[in-house]
Amino acid sequence: MKGTDVEVMERAPEAQPALVIVPPSRAEVLRRRALAAAKEICWYLVVLTVCAFILLPVSWMLTAALKPDLAPIYTVTPQWFPSHAWNWNNFYRAMVYPLFPFLRYMINTLFVVFANILGILISCSLVAYPFARMKFRFREPLFYLLIITMLVPWQSLVVPQFFFFYHLGWYGTYLPLIVPAFGGNAFFIFLIRQYIRSIPKELDEAARVDGLNYFQIYWRIILPLSVPVLTVCAVFTFIWNWNNLLGPLLYLNNNNQFTIAIGLANMFQNSANSKTNLLMAANLLSMIPPAIVFLVIQKRLIGGIATLGLKG
Amino acid sequence: MLARLTRNRPGAEAAASRTTGRVARREQWAAYMFISPWILGLILFLIGPVVASIVLSLTNYSIVFPWHWIGAQNYYTMIHDSIFWQSLATTLTFVLYSVPLYLVVGLGLSLLLNMKRRGVNLFRTIIFLPYVISGVAVAILWSSLLNPQFGGVNWLLHHLGIAHPPLWLESPTWAVPSVVLIGLWSVGGGAIIYLAGLQNIPAQLYEAAEVDGARLWQKFRYVTFPMLTPTLLFVLLTGLVSAFQVFDVVYLLGGPMGGTGSALNFYLLNLWTQGFGNGRLGYASGLAWVLVMISSIVILAIFKGASRWVYYEHEGN
Repeated sequence: MKGTDVEVMERAPEAQPALVIVPPSRAEVLRRRALAAAKEICWYLVVLTVCAFILLPVSWMLTAALKPDLAPIYTVTPQWFPSHAWNWNNFYRAMVYPLFPFLRYMINTLFVVFANILGILISCSLVAYPFARMKFRFREPLFYLLIITMLVPWQSLVVPQFFFFYHLGWYGTYLPLIVPAFGGNAFFIFLIRQYIRSIPKELDEAARVDGLNYFQIYWRIILPLSVPVLTVCAVFTFIWNWNNLLGPLLYLNNNNQFTIAIGLANMFQNSANSKTNLLMAANLLSMIPPAIVFLVIQKRLIGGIATLGLKG
Repeated sequence: MLARLTRNRPGAEAAASRTTGRVARREQWAAYMFISPWILGLILFLIGPVVASIVLSLTNYSIVFPWHWIGAQNYYTMIHDSIFWQSLATTLTFVLYSVPLYLVVGLGLSLLLNMKRRGVNLFRTIIFLPYVISGVAVAILWSSLLNPQFGGVNWLLHHLGIAHPPLWLESPTWAVPSVVLIGLWSVGGGAIIYLAGLQNIPAQLYEAAEVDGARLWQKFRYVTFPMLTPTLLFVLLTGLVSAFQVFDVVYLLGGPMGGTGSALNFYLLNLWTQGFGNGRLGYASGLAWVLVMISSIVILAIFKGASRWVYYEHEGN
């Protein structure tokens, strides 16, 4: 203890000159600038390489989508660009292609996605509110149970859920893809509960004094203030359901009901009946909605992950 | 509080506790109404199915035919099924290759993207974008890029002077590495989580380290890395879980039989084929439980080991 004090005392006078601003020599300034520039160039080189690795495949797909029907996508020296025409029309043709009606798939998928968002927003905000604000018996054990359910792997549920929905007569309908959302999702309930706890409690106490009941407090005070976290939940729900393959694969059996994921999968596996340029066009179209949603909400999404509090 | 104020009036205490009791009971009643959708969902879609799944795995249930108890027969069949062992080996190989690779690459990317440089926001967006794209779309895209004769990847390799590039998905030895490569394309997802973790590290720590004369590597070794270990653990666990559950990409690339030489017959693809292709739902339930067991053991082992290398800020308390 004593020793370290002495050391600090001894070191202090030596450290003193650093505080006096001595203008560095011209050579030193140039050397530092060159080093910083070199670092910056390296940084841009690495980052641009990574971006090329991500964007080149997409551009490959775009050029493949624009090629005319008869032009082979695959030539021995691959043609990156279409040699004759840029058939933007292919996107329209992919949408209305009779065997694999992409527009139909898109409408079906939007229906499933929005029904899920509705279900998730209603159920998860309802359930999160008492966990954040109210006193009731077994609150703590129930909350632990909620956390544990996040860890249950879905593989163990696929077969019995199929069994259950099949015997309910829901096979071949959208119900198995939608109804579970109305039962809540542990991850979102947790997220919303954390957020509600950050809303000042005085607000609902004042509302109680004004004679609002619990539901009115939830509806008029908690919900409007929770819009940011609800947006994050809606976006996650959108992306998960838009991309979900296994659910539609299990429960849907009619081409007119199919969602984009399963429609594209069929188009890909039935290559004899589908045109590669239209497949690529459809594939590219399928990427656009989640990409747009992501771009719009990007900042908040990253913030959402940060506030989730990875520390528990 | 209420009780203390009304103490000196006889009978008031009992009345007060009755009122608060009524209020509390009303609050309880309301709370249970609020959480009832979750309770209902929990029973119908989670607890029920988990129990049913254990029961089903002890039967030869197949939707069409009448079913009966067969005890541990499904598990016995599994041990003697070479396809089961092959699919397990494929999945474990994938886990072994992909999880450490994605962990390191994701961390490296997030460190790059955490710097303040012109255009960094645009680069972040581009690198995160594949994360929101579906497994189906990614599989279709890469199957055309990895086509051995005509795909963009081998075209590039030819130009770089490699005369005999791999056959990728069509070669039994390169099939799993191809899936690892495809996954690398969307590794930005992990980087988002790291980036959130990096931004939570207090700036004072770096300032203090600089005062002490720490250089770039030392700042990473003694500040960034320890502060990021909880995030690393989180990414490791979620990465493991999703590596065990690979399905969409291999379903598309391999088809139900798992591609050339069944090299893409991942565990869940085999479960799908057995259960929903061959109609052996009882057996598929058994397969599901074995996967749950294996992945839980791995995850528990990592949790046990985590206390040695994960640093929590509030450890002292």
